[in-house]
Amino acid sequence: MSAASMIAPGTRSSDSKNMHTISVFVADEPGVLVRVAMVFSRRGYNIESLVVSPSARSGFSRMTITCSGDTSILEQMIKQLAKLVDVIRAVDHTDDNAYETEIALIKLQCDTDERSEILQIAEHFNAKVVDYGIESVVLRVYGSSEKMDAMISLLSIFKVAELVRSGKILMARGIKST
Amino acid sequence: MDARIPTGAEKLIQCLEREGVEHIFGLSGGAAIPLFDALVDSSIKLILVRHEQGAVHMADGYARATGRPGVALVTSGPGATNTVTGLLTAHMDSVPVVVLTGQCVSDMLGKDGFQEADVTGITYPVVKHSYLVRDANGIPRITREAFHIATTGRPGPVLIDLPKDITQGPCTAPFVDEINLPGYTIPGRGEPESISAAADLLSAARRPVLCIGHGTVIADGGKAAVTLAEKLGAPVVATLLGKGAVDENHPLHLGMLGMHGTAYANRAVAECDLLMAVGSRWDDRITGKLDEFCCDAVKIHIDIDPAEFNKMIRPDISIVGDARLVLEDLIPLVEPADTDAWLRRCETWRNKYPLKYARQGGLRTQHVIDRLNALTQGQAVIATDVGQHQMWAAQFCKVSANRHWISSGGAGTMGFGLPAAIGAQFACPNKKVWAIVGDGGFQMTQAELATAAIHDLRIKCLIINNNYLGMVRQWQELFFENRLSGVDLEGNPDFVKLAQAYGIKALRIRRPADIDRILAQAHEYDDGPCVVVAEVAKEDNVFPMIPAGAPMTGMIIEKPKHRLDKPTGST
Ligand SMILES: Cc1ncc(C[n+]2csc(CCOP(=O)(O)OP(=O)(O)O)c2C)c(N)n1
Ligand SMILES: [Mg+2]
Repeated sequence: MSAASMIAPGTRSSDSKNMHTISVFVADEPGVLVRVAMVFSRRGYNIESLVVSPSARSGFSRMTITCSGDTSILEQMIKQLAKLVDVIRAVDHTDDNAYETEIALIKLQCDTDERSEILQIAEHFNAKVVDYGIESVVLRVYGSSEKMDAMISLLSIFKVAELVRSGKILMARGIKST
Repeated sequence: MDARIPTGAEKLIQCLEREGVEHIFGLSGGAAIPLFDALVDSSIKLILVRHEQGAVHMADGYARATGRPGVALVTSGPGATNTVTGLLTAHMDSVPVVVLTGQCVSDMLGKDGFQEADVTGITYPVVKHSYLVRDANGIPRITREAFHIATTGRPGPVLIDLPKDITQGPCTAPFVDEINLPGYTIPGRGEPESISAAADLLSAARRPVLCIGHGTVIADGGKAAVTLAEKLGAPVVATLLGKGAVDENHPLHLGMLGMHGTAYANRAVAECDLLMAVGSRWDDRITGKLDEFCCDAVKIHIDIDPAEFNKMIRPDISIVGDARLVLEDLIPLVEPADTDAWLRRCETWRNKYPLKYARQGGLRTQHVIDRLNALTQGQAVIATDVGQHQMWAAQFCKVSANRHWISSGGAGTMGFGLPAAIGAQFACPNKKVWAIVGDGGFQMTQAELATAAIHDLRIKCLIINNNYLGMVRQWQELFFENRLSGVDLEGNPDFVKLAQAYGIKALRIRRPADIDRILAQAHEYDDGPCVVVAEVAKEDNVFPMIPAGAPMTGMIIEKPKHRLDKPTGST
């Protein structure tokens, strides 16, 4: 069995068909994150990743949420998000061809004889070694979530000591708003 | 006003005065003392309750009776948690209530300070919006926003949590009038294209039905609904909360639909070719089994909350907007169609399956409520509790005027009826207000009799005493082989003596022959509250009934001889 066909820890296990990426533009008010999260949990959605960051407008934040759940209630759930007083806008970008990216840090515990193969894989995925220790290396990689999944799969034959993924962020292309 | 800098509490109370608040229902405690102190010098009348749940239900009844926001004020910790049921009740039924909770000082937040509770955290799911005030200068803006949010769009409860250092400290911020809430929009008129498409469908329908929900009540759209129904020749049905928006004595009105609706209303809905919901969210107690609900009918859904579209039902046309404005826009666009045959069929059903009950064999709740209806003529404000008596009241009270029917629908909160009636009476001192409550639910908030007594409120409280948690007993009888479990209310007090212990006038109905005399006596009594205890038949069932989760064709008109399957619907 090739390494790539295994589902490695840290990659997305759920059926990618019910994976959705939703961008929520919110007023920076206390409690807004809880209110948003509660809409997801109440409708049985699982949040896979959630990125909250300041937006270009002061006083407003951007949440990018990757989630899985029943597609048939997605539209209705987004309306429930939009209804929150502190939510300015909630948009589903799942089939949008928006530009998406993610960053990951991967710490591998490795002997010197494993390094060359690890570095080859890293090079292939354009990952950078950001920490080079006696017993470990830390790689930084960015790109699409799928690319990241593939790389993590390949690396899973080594000892992945730690993995941190930023979660997906995205932006609508052209003048369309996210 | 003197030049002294007001405290946060004083500023808050001034803001409430500016919002036009005249009554606050509340109960104090350490963290709320500054707020109660500020009320001493205010024109706002403080109504001291006996339990915080009562305060929120009173604010709720006040709001439902008028459309104006009701306000409750309580202390931190247990005072605040006691409001949760009231918040849920108001939230489920879209009622504008503002709940103010005292909170321990900001420094103690998160440290288990005395009577600290994460009140905003506990209440997130049951409020339209909420605030934890972090800076006294935020008070004017937050108060303005809270009332704006509570009362506009789809109304709902808003909570403001007020740490004691904030209410005690100075507030130098000026009053605020403008609202700046970029994430909050209030739909008004509907989209012209969807309205004209809806008008075409309405004009083409041969068997139309208009379903009037709470949204019509809130938008005061009853008059427009009648005009539209008359122009179309369309019968009208009302949801439990839509009662009274359209006069239920109007010849086109078929009464309430749903689980315990009239057989003719449900029949009309089952056989219509077009159903238009006006401010109703297709509750599961209306639709029953969803995939068999009105499958062949065209559906139009008018709602101010777009999140209600496609939630239960996929309408052919959905119109976001205020129910009254949308109805008014529809009226000139529809063409009267020939619905005579349809109206005749509805009349046949009305005659064939009337609401009925036996007048002999002991005192029957239906009989008492039917006579109360004859006495009040649809002009009294009726507040109910939850249970069998509520459904009988919904069936037999023909409500004639908007906001004259107050009942906990979405939450089905026992204990709601008495405090809601008290709130309604404070809001409408010149109207006759009747509470119709069960012996079970009454005992959940009965302490508010004291509140009614000390204010000499003229509310009339009809206690339907069947010595059972009757509605649950009915389910156990029909669906659980009559294995009664936890429904016998043995140990009930003598409710007449109980009322008298509060210094309240109390009357008892034992026999059918007493009904009219006693009800009239209570109705005319104006010196204070009056409790009427109807000692009714213990084992009686509400029919018609569509078992939860069953399709409308599964309606039971009278007690079946065979055993019924357990309902598949949740409740
Ligand atoms: C707070 C609360 N607890 C429990 C219930 C469940 N419940 C619904 S109706 C009912 C029985 C109500 O009994 P009673 O007030 O005597 O009215 P009746 O049905 O006998 O007319 C119960 C227990 C509820 N709706 N609310
Ligand atoms: Mg009872």
